[in-house]
Amino acid sequence: MDILYKNLLAFTWQDLVMILIGCVLIYLAIKKEMEPSLLLPMGFGTILVNIPFSDALTGPIKELYHAGIANELFPLLLFIGIGAMIDFGPLLSNPKLMFFGAAAQFGIFFTLCMASMFFPEIDAASIAIIGAADGPTSIAVANTLGSKYVGAITVAAYSYMALVPIIQPPVIKLLTTKKERQIKMPYEQKSVSKLTRIMFPIIITIVASAVVPQATALIGFLMFGNLLRECGVLDSLSETAQKVLANLITIFLGISVAFNMTSVQFLKLDTLLILGLGLIAFIVDTAGGVLFAKLLNVFSKKKINPMIGAAGISAFPMSGRIVHKMALEEDPQNFLLMHSIGVNVSGQIASVIAGGIILNLFS
Amino acid sequence: MNIVNLAAEKAPKLFFNPANFISNLKYMGIGMLVIFVVIGIIIFATMLINYLFSDNDK
Repeated sequence: MDILYKNLLAFTWQDLVMILIGCVLIYLAIKKEMEPSLLLPMGFGTILVNIPFSDALTGPIKELYHAGIANELFPLLLFIGIGAMIDFGPLLSNPKLMFFGAAAQFGIFFTLCMASMFFPEIDAASIAIIGAADGPTSIAVANTLGSKYVGAITVAAYSYMALVPIIQPPVIKLLTTKKERQIKMPYEQKSVSKLTRIMFPIIITIVASAVVPQATALIGFLMFGNLLRECGVLDSLSETAQKVLANLITIFLGISVAFNMTSVQFLKLDTLLILGLGLIAFIVDTAGGVLFAKLLNVFSKKKINPMIGAAGISAFPMSGRIVHKMALEEDPQNFLLMHSIGVNVSGQIASVIAGGIILNLFS
Repeated sequence: MNIVNLAAEKAPKLFFNPANFISNLKYMGIGMLVIFVVIGIIIFATMLINYLFSDNDK
């Protein structure tokens, strides 16, 4: 009879809290449809690793973690799928939109300064990369830097990405006037040749990697996926990358991140602080993009709707859609979708470069 | 569980040092400058690609 009591009595209140957190993540995934592909496996994995004497923690989850998270393999493979999903057409027809993607990475470096007040440099840099608003980049950078907070960073990154529709609109409204939000930006469709679409991922990989070699894997895998899509001769591989590969890796990634979600590692004041700093990163990212657009308006004759700056955050395609929706609310004739999606896509590139810069500065 | 406890023990302790905000501003400056420079080069490269290859489909 001892065997029954021994295992049940081994539960601590911290284990129970973490199991509850796992259930909350599953609830958010299913009921609220917040990033379900990541939050559900993470939530379930959290439950598995917080059961006392769990063999899932010391067995398969640990093996999956070392096989794909500790060596950054899973995030990079996921990037192939993400690259295959992205259409760079709107960006290629107006490349200057990429500056907004750059401006919207400001939150990363601001959060670095904030986090350094509480954490050592390596952990501060890892926390700051939550502002990249990109799960694979956050995991890859935090792991490469050897941060002990990979679990909290991953939860923060994916949770706030899902909360972008709630986080961004108040920040945008606070920083812009109604008149500014109503600025129309006519879209002139320019055709982009197939050769341009093929050369773009190749050239970008070479250029970005030459300047920031630590971003080579991140930008390279993303652009490899995009090249699979655009080359036109590998439709089956492109489709596999977009669907099967992305889904498979997402399952493994979600459940293996739970290796860092034990009560001992997660239930600390540090975690609350990381969640708070992650929120600051997203807010300042949004503000950075919007304020950059407003700054350009001071010098530019052709006015830019400053809301598109907010789409420079890498939460694709949510951020682009939010900006478009907000523009329609202000003026039902104001269609910003092509501009905002172009900026949103540039944010993906800029966030990866920012990740490489952080690795360059701190590894 | 031992692996996990060891990781938790190695986790750094929290502190509060506001001076670090100022001393790390240099990373903000360097980081944003490098991002804008790299993005600027990418924009230039993209415009060049557009110019060189745009007529090939006609």
